[in-house]
Formats: sequence, structure tokens, C-alpha cells
Amino acid sequence: MIGTGILKGMAVTARNFVGSYFDEERLITVQYPEERNPLPENYRNFPFLLYDGDDPHAGLRCVACKICEKECPPQCIYIVKSDDKKPDYMGKPQFYPKVFDIDISVCMSCQICVEVCPFEAIKMDKDFELSKRERFNHLLQRKEELSKPNEYYHSICPTEAADVDAKLAAAAEAAAKKKAAAAPAPATPPAPSGSSSASASS
Amino acid sequence: MSATVETLEAIERPPVTMGSRLEGELLEVSMGPQHPSTHGVFRMNVALEGEIVRKLKPVFGYLHRNHEKIGENTSYLGSMPYTDRLDYFCSMTNNWAYALSVEKLAGIEVPERAQYLRIILAELTRLQNHASLLGFLLNDMGAWGTPLMYAFREREKILDLFESLSGSRMMCDYMRFGGCRVDADDAWLARARQIVDRFPKFLDEFEELILGNEIVIGRTQNVGKLSADLAISAGITGPMLRACGVNYDVRKVDGYGFYPRFKFRIPLGEHGDTYDRLMMRALEMRESVEILKQALAQIQPGPIVNPKVKIRAFRPPVGEAYGRIEAPKGELGFYLISDGGPNPYRYRVRPPSFINLTVLEDLCLGHTVADVMVILGSVDIVMGEVDR
Repeated sequence: MIGTGILKGMAVTARNFVGSYFDEERLITVQYPEERNPLPENYRNFPFLLYDGDDPHAGLRCVACKICEKECPPQCIYIVKSDDKKPDYMGKPQFYPKVFDIDISVCMSCQICVEVCPFEAIKMDKDFELSKRERFNHLLQRKEELSKPNEYYHSICPTEAADVDAKLAAAAEAAAKKKAAAAPAPATPPAPSGSSSASASS
Repeated sequence: MSATVETLEAIERPPVTMGSRLEGELLEVSMGPQHPSTHGVFRMNVALEGEIVRKLKPVFGYLHRNHEKIGENTSYLGSMPYTDRLDYFCSMTNNWAYALSVEKLAGIEVPERAQYLRIILAELTRLQNHASLLGFLLNDMGAWGTPLMYAFREREKILDLFESLSGSRMMCDYMRFGGCRVDADDAWLARARQIVDRFPKFLDEFEELILGNEIVIGRTQNVGKLSADLAISAGITGPMLRACGVNYDVRKVDGYGFYPRFKFRIPLGEHGDTYDRLMMRALEMRESVEILKQALAQIQPGPIVNPKVKIRAFRPPVGEAYGRIEAPKGELGFYLISDGGPNPYRYRVRPPSFINLTVLEDLCLGHTVADVMVILGSVDIVMGEVDR
């Protein structure tokens, strides 16, 4: 009979309407600024730079090897290497980035910089409320805005951060052992040199 | 006072004529590129006689972003996030198609767990794509909002799965050459099982809502008929081809991934009209649920990525490869030529929705303007993929 299909459809709509008041399955919206769904741990947004300790300059893990700059698909990272060296987290003198800019209007959050970084220095942030007042300067994030402490990383990705810390501790221990074994000869750690992609990573 | 008084008769009036009636003349209407029902920035120049379409010329290219040229200038890995942006509804299948062709080019083995994860994600993508397509199609027919809202409600559950696995709802960038990027933990698999088990309930409800509806039947049956001959000679693939009754599914034909291990059927249409295309999506979702149930039951722990594949300085040997998969919209292929360098010498995408769109004029001729929207909706296009 003509019309039964429509009536059946109406019944479905009525079921959904009534159900949206009682059924968790049918009630899925949240009132955003007040209520928030928890973000999954793997959630990624824009990259940031990690530093250990309290001083963003002294503890910055980045050694300006420029691998991320080279591998970034939309080319949104700009790095200028320093002239002098500063000690890194293992105490070795390393270069550091004099300028480290990420243009977040170009960045497409693909995480490739994180994957290629041999020094665990760049990670993905979870801050998504990033509306800015100005179109040009505010969307270009400088080193100072990008640097965030390791504790912040632990607060946003606890599991992943613990893994990274364990990995770094193991690498530092291995390096210390190597140094102790070959005490007279200075150990040769994987020193980043320019944009050479041959530098070995753990 | 001999001034002449102008009378009405004295004023020369042009004779009022109606002109020739528009018989035999066509009215050209430009639909789009900012039309809400053209699914993006797609433009059609339609020549109308009354309300009947006599000519239709699709105009592409408003969303052209040089995807293929960028692919030739970026590293192999660097193209992976760009493939997300082709068909932004189905980034997982785009990733898979690209990874598959690079793996074919470089001869990379993929571990078993990664293959299962890929199948699970590809079929989840098919579920959410087809569900939202049906919603959009109903939207085009005038069922504003309601079916689309129900479809998006289910789609959002699947996108939450994608987000908790890959970090992003739509731009997943999940697959890597020789495997996948992040492993799915047990909690994720349990949630996926739960969503898959509940999906048929939604399908029952959705089919009850739309497939028996007399208005839907009236608007779609015998509208936009595509013959099997034309479909084959125009290179149509995917649900649109199968709606004409041609049994061709790359999952069965190529048997890529681990698809030969799964039991599933290929739904076939008979008439090739819009209703068959609509039905095809509904039936394919049922089969996808079957594949997902099997895959989620069979998946075993193990490595998810081939450790031999380097992330940096990836250089496949000299050669060429064409990898293709059955994306939700049809056969999605990537053709790559390598000259041994870090980026491909030639990078070509065979997008299903672009090629499926080429028969649009044949489908629309003789139908009304309102039907053009329904036919276009049933072709299932995403402009990100059409224009690249």
C-alpha cells in the first residue's frame, strides 16, 4: 500500500527523537566549550619542541640537525643553526637552533617531523584552540613559543612520554658505558652534521 | 493656440510582441561551483529545454592543487599525508593504495597484523563513507538533515576509532611502507568489535527509513540509468559499475592484502539506475560488517611494521608499479615510476570518482534538473579527489 514506507520511516524518526533523550547511543553531542570529550592519547595537532629541566635554552633537545626541515612535506619548518655549541642532555657539546620557526598555517599535522627526529626533540601537541588575532606574525610560531618542558609532554601523552624517557635513559647509559670502556679515546656519538641523512639513530 | 496636443495615438509605440517562444531554444544554466548540492566546487553547464536536461557539460578544476606534481617533488613518505587530502572521507583507503603501490615498487613485505589492521580500517572507512553517502543523497532529494544526521552519528563513532588510533579524525596519515604507524591495543579492538556488532542495528533502522520510502523509490527508480556496456567502456568502477550488474571488485579480482582469506559476497544490481546504486551501498555495508567480524576475530598479536624499511632516505629501486585497491568509491590506483631517487619520477593517481563522473551527461540526459542532483549524489564524488 502506498504510504506504508513513509509511515515506517516516520516511526524510525519518532524512535530516534524519543531515544535521543534516554539512549546513550543516540545522544552523542556535547555542549562544547562547557563540556568536553576527553582527547585520545594519540591525538595530534601541531608540533612543539621539548626541553629538559627548567631552562628552555639550556635544556632544549634540538641540535639543529635540520632533518625535520628537510623531510617536512609542506616545508613549514625554518631552522638556523647556531655558531657556538652548548651541552645537550648527555653533556656533549652540540649545536642548537638559533632560529626555529614553524608556520602553523602551513603545517598539516602529519607527524613526519616527529618520526624522523633522531633526538626525540620534537613532539606533537594537543592544543587545538589556536585562534589568533593576526594573520601573519601570530601564525608563525617562534622557538620561544614552541619550547615546552618535558613535564608538559608527560601531562599530555603519559604512556608515550614514559617510553621516550626510558629510551633516552637507556641510550645515555649505553653511551656512558661505552665512554668508560674506551676511556682514553673519546667516544664518537652520532653527531648530526648538516642535512646529511646518513646519521644513525637508535 | 495651434500647439499640437500629443495624443496617445501620436506617440510611436513599438508594437508589443511576445517574441518567439523558447521552443527549440535551450536555456543554459551554470550550476555550481558554489551550489550546495554539488558536493564541493563542481560546476555543470546545463542546457535546459523547459526543465529537461538536453546537454550537460561538467567543468572540473576548481580544487586543483597540483597533487601529482607535488608528489613528484616530495619524498615517497612525504606524499603519504597528501594522499589523505585526495578523498578526505576515506583517508585510510587512500593511504593503503599509496602504500600498496610503493610496496609493490620496492618489493616490501607487510607483516600479518598490519595486513589485518589495514583491512579493518579500510572496511570501517567503507562503512562510514557509504553511510554518509546515503545521508547526502537523501539530503539532495530534500530529506533535509534527518537521514544525514543519523548517518553522521554512526560515522562519528568510526571517526572516533580513527582518532584514537591515528591521532586525527579525517587526515589519518596512518599507513607506512611495510606496515602501519601505531599499534592498536586491546581496548581499541574491543571498541571496534562493539561498534561493528551494533552497526547492523543502525543499518536495519536506516534501511527502514529510506529504502522502502515511496518518495525515495519514486525519485530514484528508472532515473539515471547506466548500461553495462557504457559503464565498462567508460572505465566506471566500484558500486556504480556493480549496480549495472557487472561483477568486478578489485578485492576479489586482485585479492590484495588478505582479502582472499575472508568470506564475503559482492552485491550486484540489475538495472543500473539510481535506486540500484543506492541499494548497492546499503548491501555493501552489510558485507563490510561481515569482513570486519571475521578480521576482528582472526587478528593476532605481532609486529606491525617491516623493520627493514627505512623511514629516512627511502629510495626504491628503478622501476614502475601500479597498485590499486577497491576504495569505497571504486578502483583507486597509484602509478609510480622510480628513477632510484628519493622522490618518484612520475606519480599518477587514478581517482575513482573522477572517472565515474565522466558519464554524468549520459546519465542525466532527458531527466529534470532536480534529478541531476540526485544522479550526481549517487555517483559519490569528492572534489578533493576529482580535481587533485
